[in-house]
Amino acid sequence: MLGKLTWAAIPFDQPIPLTVGAGVLVVLLAVIAWVVIAGHLPYLWREWITSVDHKRIGVMYCLLALVMLLRGGSDAIMMRAQQAIAFHSQGYLPPEHYNQIFSAHGTIMIFFVGMPFVIGLMNFVVPLQLGVRDVAFPTLNSVGFWLTATGALLVNISLVVGEFARTGWLPYPPLSELTYSPGVGVDYYLWSLEISGVGTLVAGINLVTTVLKLRTKGMTYLRMPVFCWTTLAANLLIIAAFPILTATLAMLILDRYLGFHFFTNEAGGNVMMFMNLIWAWGHPEVYILVLPAFGIYSEIVPAFSGKPLFGYRSMVMATMAICIISFCVWLHHFFTMGAGPNVNAIFGIASMIIAVPTGVKIYNWLFTMYGGRIRFATPMMWSVGFMVTFIIGGLTGVLVAVPPADFLLHNSMFLIAHFHNVIIGGVLFGAFAGYTYWFPKAFGFRLHEGWGKAGFWFTLTGFYLTFFPLYAAGFLGMTRRMQHYDVAEWRPWMIAAGVGMVLLSIGVLSQVVQLVVSIRDRNSVSLRDVTGDPWDGRSLEWSTASPPPVFNFAVLPDVEGEDAYWKIKSRAREQGLLRREPEYRDIEMPRNSPTGFVCAFFATIMGFALIWHIWWMVALGGVGAFATFVAFAWRDHDEYVIPAAEVARIDRANREARLAALRARSAA
Amino acid sequence: MTDATFVHGHGDPYHLHGGRPQEGPASKRIVTGYGFWIFLLSDIVMFSCFFAAYAVLQGQTAGGPKGSELFDLKSVAAETAFLLLSSFTCGLAMIAADVRSLRWYQIGMAVTCLFGLGFLALEGREFADLVGRGAGPTRSAFLSAFFTLVGCHGMHVSAGILWLLTMMAQVFAKGFRADIMRRLLCFALFWHALDIIWVAIFSVVYLFGSAA
Ligand code: HEM
Ligand SMILES: [Cu+2]
Repeated sequence: MLGKLTWAAIPFDQPIPLTVGAGVLVVLLAVIAWVVIAGHLPYLWREWITSVDHKRIGVMYCLLALVMLLRGGSDAIMMRAQQAIAFHSQGYLPPEHYNQIFSAHGTIMIFFVGMPFVIGLMNFVVPLQLGVRDVAFPTLNSVGFWLTATGALLVNISLVVGEFARTGWLPYPPLSELTYSPGVGVDYYLWSLEISGVGTLVAGINLVTTVLKLRTKGMTYLRMPVFCWTTLAANLLIIAAFPILTATLAMLILDRYLGFHFFTNEAGGNVMMFMNLIWAWGHPEVYILVLPAFGIYSEIVPAFSGKPLFGYRSMVMATMAICIISFCVWLHHFFTMGAGPNVNAIFGIASMIIAVPTGVKIYNWLFTMYGGRIRFATPMMWSVGFMVTFIIGGLTGVLVAVPPADFLLHNSMFLIAHFHNVIIGGVLFGAFAGYTYWFPKAFGFRLHEGWGKAGFWFTLTGFYLTFFPLYAAGFLGMTRRMQHYDVAEWRPWMIAAGVGMVLLSIGVLSQVVQLVVSIRDRNSVSLRDVTGDPWDGRSLEWSTASPPPVFNFAVLPDVEGEDAYWKIKSRAREQGLLRREPEYRDIEMPRNSPTGFVCAFFATIMGFALIWHIWWMVALGGVGAFATFVAFAWRDHDEYVIPAAEVARIDRANREARLAALRARSAA
Repeated sequence: MTDATFVHGHGDPYHLHGGRPQEGPASKRIVTGYGFWIFLLSDIVMFSCFFAAYAVLQGQTAGGPKGSELFDLKSVAAETAFLLLSSFTCGLAMIAADVRSLRWYQIGMAVTCLFGLGFLALEGREFADLVGRGAGPTRSAFLSAFFTLVGCHGMHVSAGILWLLTMMAQVFAKGFRADIMRRLLCFALFWHALDIIWVAIFSVVYLFGSAA
């Protein structure tokens, strides 16, 4: 009846996951209870859960990322503590538990922190920057988000029901085959990524179509903000790469569930095929994460330097070059696995070539700052911190891209230091920069600067203290994923890294406090954003109110060049006048739909049932998901109308605030 | 299909009537069709992984039967004929939808469905036969790759038939509404894409496989 699921699946004998799981469950139930009792449920359902508004969905993506960052961060703290302790001893985590933690940590950080964070920011910002009212497929957008949430949920369920994979964040066979991993851990991994992968693909299709087909009048390709370009590039990579992940994991699923022989040791299976396929997705994936971050910096640096971006066209070229080259380097992840010197040399050189367009970008940002009037607000701090940190990470990347060097460094702590150097210094700093930069746009008030800067400095120093010792440990021969060790030379570096982790945690905590304090003081003069343009921005998202009305723009803006809003604003400042009031018209917007949520509900049931081999429940979930789609297709009214008078009322309020600001400015 | 069929009604939320991109956002029909094309491309990327796996594992028979000992080209030829004919009738159904002929639309879709089911029946028979002869997917890496590649296409056809029946019911219940016409456009694209993939399977798997 319940497949492989029995009481034995609950780890009563392991206090750590059980207490953590129980704690999470209690908090979750408390939040749900509070929502229901305080009567917020209808509001949540109407305004968020069923929302198809790209801004709301973007915010929910970011929220998911932040919550999962706490979960992944706890894993990190546990691992650093273990390695600081486990010298000549077993530490406090048994091996089978330690292995689950590093597997869950990597999986969560890449798929449920990095991905939702950048997708959330793209979702929120891109339609606003393009000057349009929505993304191409609003309802599918919601489906994509909720499927991602399903994946995250399944990973967290594994904490208390059963176990998670012990195979690392990429389940290399034959270890991940049924023979060597008979438990449900790998199955949790596989199904949560298959499901959230569909969500990611949907997001990719949606955003590419949005950028290519929905742009306001005059927004030609070469007038788009660079963030839109990097969004295009990253989502093209999603479309080309995520199906590879889906197919590869499907093959592993077939091996495990039906006894196929894709990657097994027997009957002609081929392990190297897994390596090639997974990294043909995996390398583009790192650029899916970092390209949007590059776009974020390209918005922030000009805004806070008071200058247009230096070398706009070279930035676009560099973005598209990275997009293409990132598909030609995957073999650098397994130089040591027998490809031979010539093949290794070609892929080594290709990998180094990626550093060229990346360098172009760095110089462009530096030249944008050069001679500008720089304001060091928190988003700008993250950007400068990124430039310094990422250059080092890129250099160590080029180092491991030299095959002979990689034979020494592969799978050592040096590699761990390299990719954390680029992912934290590039992606996470970028996500934090974007989060502080666009937060006032989303909610109408700024985040507290003091706490933000504290968060920045603790994170930056914490990062260096945690990960630079790992470079040293790598040179001393320490390999990755060690539950305990006996080499005395490594010990000091592990302790240093542990101390760094404390600083990093304080950094994260500062940002939590920053959020709380800012919400508390949201109506204070220093935080409230009345005009909708708190940073003196240059692109169109700053031309509408904060938070923007559902329809984003009362009238679609007309674009006459790069830095679209800057032009409009400069003219207004010269003349001391706003543009003439436009002629308002009725606006049609897509109606809310529970399709995404209901679909994800059935997907969760189906995923859980597949993991535990509960076949009747699988069928139930499948039928439910199909029925949901048919029901969605059957509805008659998919849009509602906002009358012109209402549009006028909303827009006039914002115009008044802007006019007041304009007058105050010319009076000063 | 003519543009005029799709652009009326609430297909154009920005009151801009399509046009070139720098003139503003495209119409809903263009956006939907474009998005679906991109989905099809991603689907083809997925298939190419299965093709690649097949190419890699083709020789790995683990002492079991080779393709040339297993494939029955006559049956495969019939499958191909069914699928190609179904594409033709699918095209006819779309023309009927374009001129708002309910009867011919339903007939065209029904015939498409029958051809599709015929294809699936033949494929099912082939698979059952192979398994019966001890050449199931667990026999060797070659057969794993074969069943996965061909089976994945078969699953797409099955999903397509489910979609087809839904579209017949929708048009029956609601008529040729603009949003339904957009869905039909996507369905037709999907069905034709399955043809293209089948042609690749026919050549790479069956023709080359029988020769070897
Ligand atoms: C110039 C740029 C870069 C070069 C030349 C480069 C090169 C490499 C090489 C050769 C490896 C494999 C080393 C080994 O396994 O022994 C590697 C691993 C890795 N890189 Fe980079 N990299 C670059 C940038 C990036 C960026 C921007 C990211 C992420 C945003 C990234 C993320 C990773 C990850 C996650 C791994 C490790 C995967 C694993 O084995 O678990 N890299 N890099
Ligand atoms: Cu790589």
